[in-house]
Amino acid sequence: MEPFTQHTGVGVPLRRSNVDTDQIIPAVYLKRVTRTGFEDGLFAAWRGDEDFILNQEPFKNASVLVAGPDFGTGSSREHAVWALMDYGFKVVISARFADIFRGNSGKGGLVAAQCEQHDVELLWKLLENEPGTEVTVDLETKTVRAKDFTAPFQIDDYVRWRLLEGLDDIALTLRHAGEIDTFEAGRPSWKPTTTPVAAS
Amino acid sequence: MTSPTGKARTLAEKVWESHLVRRGEGAEPDLLYIDLHLLHEVTSPQAFDGLRLAGRQLRRPDLTIATEDHNVPTVDIELPIADPVSRTQVDTLRRNCKEFGVRLHPMGDAEQGIVHVIGPQLGLTQPGMTVVCGDSHTSTHGAFGAIAFGIGTSEVEHVMATQTLPLRPFKTMAITVDGELRPGVTAKDIILAVIAKIGTGGGQGYILEYRGSAIEALSMEARMTVCNMSIEAGARAGMIAPDETTFEYLKGRAHAPQGADWDAAVENWRELRTDDGAEFDAEVHLDASTLTPFVTWGTNPGQGLPLGAEVPDPEAIPDENDRIAAEKALSYMDLKPGTPLREIAVDTVFLGSCTNGRIEDLRAAAEVLRGRKVADSVRMLVVPGSMRVRKAAEAEGLDQVFTEAGAEWRQAGCSMCLGMNPDQLKPGERSASTSNRNFEGRQGKGGRTHLVSPLVAAATAVRGTLSSPEDLLTAAR
Repeated sequence: MEPFTQHTGVGVPLRRSNVDTDQIIPAVYLKRVTRTGFEDGLFAAWRGDEDFILNQEPFKNASVLVAGPDFGTGSSREHAVWALMDYGFKVVISARFADIFRGNSGKGGLVAAQCEQHDVELLWKLLENEPGTEVTVDLETKTVRAKDFTAPFQIDDYVRWRLLEGLDDIALTLRHAGEIDTFEAGRPSWKPTTTPVAAS
Repeated sequence: MTSPTGKARTLAEKVWESHLVRRGEGAEPDLLYIDLHLLHEVTSPQAFDGLRLAGRQLRRPDLTIATEDHNVPTVDIELPIADPVSRTQVDTLRRNCKEFGVRLHPMGDAEQGIVHVIGPQLGLTQPGMTVVCGDSHTSTHGAFGAIAFGIGTSEVEHVMATQTLPLRPFKTMAITVDGELRPGVTAKDIILAVIAKIGTGGGQGYILEYRGSAIEALSMEARMTVCNMSIEAGARAGMIAPDETTFEYLKGRAHAPQGADWDAAVENWRELRTDDGAEFDAEVHLDASTLTPFVTWGTNPGQGLPLGAEVPDPEAIPDENDRIAAEKALSYMDLKPGTPLREIAVDTVFLGSCTNGRIEDLRAAAEVLRGRKVADSVRMLVVPGSMRVRKAAEAEGLDQVFTEAGAEWRQAGCSMCLGMNPDQLKPGERSASTSNRNFEGRQGKGGRTHLVSPLVAAATAVRGTLSSPEDLLTAAR
């Protein structure tokens, strides 16, 4: 994973709350078995409408999405994060993220920056009044800046550290392999097991 | 099972602490052991690929099980899957399970079905476990007193490689439902009422514990319906303390403990209750006796009302974001404020899904349909949650009841809950659905969904408009 310290890019205001993962990427786009190429499914139902904000010229190359509260609710599909990143988004700003979506973002390298709703509203107004305005998201200082707007954002400290360092979660866990072995040896015998098949 | 400090603990805290491989230091999360990992074709291919690329092994094939559910057709299952992309995904799962030695229940297998129906059915889901799956409705398994939650594909790979997950402790919320449900009111109505009360974000960051006399009175299947939709309130997990109902359900199942192991397990499971005096971070109360059948009118599961109500007027909603959301929802749903919900006509009824696709759900709906006909204007799909549920229903003659009423009797799978297979709504079509999400386009692009209980689904199929079984008694037959 690429380390993330700071990003500057065009911000796009998405004035919707409860943007669920079926809106971010509908289920029909989840059938691929690859890890890339999900950008065509991003907001697929809305992008057909030429008035949709991402279809408007100044926002076409946006990389910072500023959305309403409860972003990413619903399904656990990590494809939602992949679709946003494949499209070119580096950061999503919202007053509240669904738990699974926030977790998935941290794994994939998308920054889910949680701001106060009144800061989101100020940012929306700024981006609507001056379309194409660039937003800077600084993970070191946990601040969002655009023109004379500055606001702090929240992100889990551990996720922030991992993103800053660009570290892989599995490798970090495997540093504790001995502790996993010890725990495993102490599990009760009545815990259920499946009936695996011979690997080939 | 008291804590080392003797502190009173909640059910969730007990299960969490018994799975701690290591407690996180500083900002580091806890590392939690995972007892059971369920796989399906949609969220696993990239995880298997990740393992291969890194040269890692699947640590515990014997704690892993797979099924084909999201993509599978519910007719002509003996033929190859017509959609080539769906077929590739299913074939990829088969190849991966073979390569890594994972037990797979493929289409046509006696144990195939929706991942959250087959885990409990096989007896693999047990009290006090940690259960994960790349599917948000994994919360279903919490009905057994397990911590069970949905994970993303990166986490799927993490569990494959390490059988653990780094996680931060959740907060706990008690949802106490006391009183007795009135006839015709079900577990589905309880959970829709809970979500309408706390909102789609109300459970964020929490594990919900459902308790109280109305919850204790529920069957295991009804408890699964309640826990299933915890995620629709924003909570990753919901749980119910195990009791005699739980033990009775598990005893004798294929993967349940036997003999002395059973006794040891039950002794352990009896400790899995929230201690007297334990504190929850939040508490919500609901009186079951005041509930009536609940239906949704909007495009998120929190936008629901009693069936006797009218489509709400957004103008009357004080919060600006809620008002805008309601306006957008009504426009998408093509509904006018003030319309009685009972007058909303549907063209499709879907009975099935991990929320309401179990035998008890089919029985309840069949009882309403027995001797009645599905309205000419309505297409009704009955999709059992698993092949075993299908077989049990056929042994009871329920398939006859459905087909004689004019409904379609299908094979097992997720089907129209999310329309990844050919079972979809067409643009503008409207369904009464026993599934869990009424999101825009969820059941097919441009489709409109009203979430309902199996009883309301069946009555709606007969009358053609949103209805409860009571309406069938008062209406002229």
